[in-house]
Amino acid sequence: MSVDVTIRIAGQAGQGVQSISAIIGKIFTRHGFYVFINQDAESRIRGGHNFDQVRVKDEPVYASKDKLDYLVCLDENAVQVDLPHLDPDGIAIYDGTNSDIKSDSHNYFSIPLEQIALKHGKSKIMVNSVATGAVFALLGFALQPLLDRLGEQFAAKGSDIVDRNINSAAAGHRYVQENLKVVSGKKIPPGSFSKKKMLLNGSQAMALGAICAGLKFYSGYPMSPATAIMEFIASRAKEYDIVFEQAEDEIAAANMVVGASFAGARAMTATSGGGFCLMVEALGLAGMTETPLVVIVAQRPGPSTGLPTRTEQGDLNFVIHASSGEFPRAVFAPRHAEQAFYIMAEAFNFAERYQTPVIILGDQHLNDSYFTVDELDLGRISIDRGKIVSEDRNFSAKDYKRYAWHESGISPRILPGQSEAVLYADSDEHTEEGHITESSAVRNRMVEKRMRKLNGIRNEMSPPLIYPSKKADIVLLSWGSLYGATKEAVDRLNRDGIAAQMIQFSDIFPFTTAPFLKKIKQKAKIFAVECNYTGQFADFFTRESGVSVFHKLLKYDGRPFSPQEIVENVKERI
Amino acid sequence: MKGERTISLKDFDSDDPIAWCPGCGNFSILKALKQAFVELNKKPHEIVIVSGIGQAPKTPHYIRCNTFNGLHGRTLPVATGVKLANRELTVLAEGGDGDGYAEGGNHFIHAMRRNIDVTYLVHNNQVYGLTKGQTSPTSCLGFVTKTAPLGSVSPPLNPLLLAVASNCSFVARGFAGEIDHLKKLIMEGILHKGFAFIDILQPCVSFNRINTFKWYAERVYHIDDEGAYDLNDRPAAFQKAQEWGKRIPIGIIYRQAGPTLNPQQSEIPGSIPAKQKIDPAAFSGIFELFT
Repeated sequence: MSVDVTIRIAGQAGQGVQSISAIIGKIFTRHGFYVFINQDAESRIRGGHNFDQVRVKDEPVYASKDKLDYLVCLDENAVQVDLPHLDPDGIAIYDGTNSDIKSDSHNYFSIPLEQIALKHGKSKIMVNSVATGAVFALLGFALQPLLDRLGEQFAAKGSDIVDRNINSAAAGHRYVQENLKVVSGKKIPPGSFSKKKMLLNGSQAMALGAICAGLKFYSGYPMSPATAIMEFIASRAKEYDIVFEQAEDEIAAANMVVGASFAGARAMTATSGGGFCLMVEALGLAGMTETPLVVIVAQRPGPSTGLPTRTEQGDLNFVIHASSGEFPRAVFAPRHAEQAFYIMAEAFNFAERYQTPVIILGDQHLNDSYFTVDELDLGRISIDRGKIVSEDRNFSAKDYKRYAWHESGISPRILPGQSEAVLYADSDEHTEEGHITESSAVRNRMVEKRMRKLNGIRNEMSPPLIYPSKKADIVLLSWGSLYGATKEAVDRLNRDGIAAQMIQFSDIFPFTTAPFLKKIKQKAKIFAVECNYTGQFADFFTRESGVSVFHKLLKYDGRPFSPQEIVENVKERI
Repeated sequence: MKGERTISLKDFDSDDPIAWCPGCGNFSILKALKQAFVELNKKPHEIVIVSGIGQAPKTPHYIRCNTFNGLHGRTLPVATGVKLANRELTVLAEGGDGDGYAEGGNHFIHAMRRNIDVTYLVHNNQVYGLTKGQTSPTSCLGFVTKTAPLGSVSPPLNPLLLAVASNCSFVARGFAGEIDHLKKLIMEGILHKGFAFIDILQPCVSFNRINTFKWYAERVYHIDDEGAYDLNDRPAAFQKAQEWGKRIPIGIIYRQAGPTLNPQQSEIPGSIPAKQKIDPAAFSGIFELFT
């Protein structure tokens, strides 16, 4: 029996929705399962309606399901809003003690969460642990791993808090076992305990990846959904000798990163589309001065303030084209947390090898969602700092030219102070020495030098993922965080007898030179799936490859695509 | 300055031809800056000058030293990044009044608050030079320019008063007409452990016919010629910073007593971000947080 269970925890901001999902996610990750947690939150600290949706599978999972197997309602509003999403065989629980809502369906059960919390945990705050205990009983899963985890999680708060949480969880578990014997929902079988797999969200994966790639300087300004990146780096800065500076604005953040990178440190900033608007000037500066610059842009729906806590892929055109003038850049859009981790080292390598900006394009769906990730391998991370002239090389310090001509466009850097030579870096058009010039001959040569680097980058871009290898009449084209939903949609279509294939890009710009089109049917109907209004990637794909898209499947309500939505839309059009 | 001086003015010669107007106040500032480096025995490769855009930010091109000539108004964030990444470097930021007080105003306030060890030189000529004569944040009331044909209607910004109010740990004013005095100020600024701000009165011979060399020469006086003045006295600094008109004080207006450095620079022993070797294997312990 395969395992595929979806649990939604819904309630107001501040009620502890995320703490319940985190504990469930952690325990099943430790017991051999794969977890995906999608966060749906409003831009507020208290109140409103939020939910976390935890999906537990026995194989890697990267997307949410539409129908819920379990629904935990922490307030009355959640019952009204979320109950329609319950699977006909699903189970909802809610504390109906003081509520007018009476169960009129066979799968809605009232549990006196608050009474149990007061009795066994001596506080209403313990409702979360009671509900978590109840969920474990409904899942038919052992209680002990939950108690162990609560003990671990609250250890720092003292034995009283630990005991109250443990007693509450046990009481919630017991209540379900004693009172809801008839309930038969989906179960999760026992798994073997191991602490090899990790549970982390896209932001944490990016921050981890950057640190392991040698990040030594971070500057940023908080902006959802990128803030978790800076918070994680700040929390580790002391331990790993990283200079962390919260800037006065994104303009300063990006310029500080340029300064630190110029000085020789691996440096980075992260923001969302609105903050990136302010960084664009520095992006051009890095392009012109040929300074390595790594920027994470975690997209949210725009323009302007948009929907701060929701998702979109609307900034693709923006990041590809941002800045005045022309210069080379690379854009990557990771598919999931694991790839986000590994792509960071590549981003730094590209930025230093080509001495130019590199953008990692995430989105709320990737950055805030939690993924179970198999053990990460530091051995897979290679460090390439590009061409740096060091003291031992045989060159005359007097003759050093920062922008010396080279076929590849890449001129060796020196790191200021770490060599007898000096360098001039300039945002004006400049000579090979780095001094301001108006010469048309030099201008031509310098533009050509910089743009030559784009060829090098292009040749290094990885081709898209083609899945499965068997050619099919239907092809789903997607990029970045839509990997999970697209892959699952392809699997379901094939299972339903509709032959389908997926082209999935994570190396976005410049467009790959790899001959990947040979791997798909020439006359296949291509459905471009993306979260924006105009189909930005589809247009880019057509422009670069010459291949037309049959239909654009677009969504811009700030919510991610589910596999089911994609399958239904494709079926309607064939 | 311990030991023998090994550096001379010639070491700072740049072969980039100078593109300023003849008679520009910038020539004197350039001279004072080079002299300060020589007297401090700084080697060219130990120095980084970060500049913005305008006439003043061209200065580092005319000195042999590491230069980052970046964006208009963004000198201080870049200089902050350079210094935090390699605190062994002597880092200066240089720009004009438009660069520093208009476009870069926000960065100026926060750089003073951060107190990173950077020396900030502002060539203040009270007018826009590179763009040929528009109003600056420090243009006097009534000053007629192409963008204020009826005269400037907003009162000028007082950068020194702003600096004292922003808790800047070193606040000074120099004058391009007094090279030796300016040289000493720059030396004091570089030696100061923390953010050192020096506003430099710099006559513009092309676009400012009011605040000329003569106009300034008639008004400036040395603070330390006037008897006892306590550099650590902040209330006194507030008063001194507001003197303008018939008499204009030059010299150090305020210097914070005691250790001033931002902990980002002083509390991480032995680890220079720009010099650290990168070894991914060193991070194996980090995953435990997520298992």
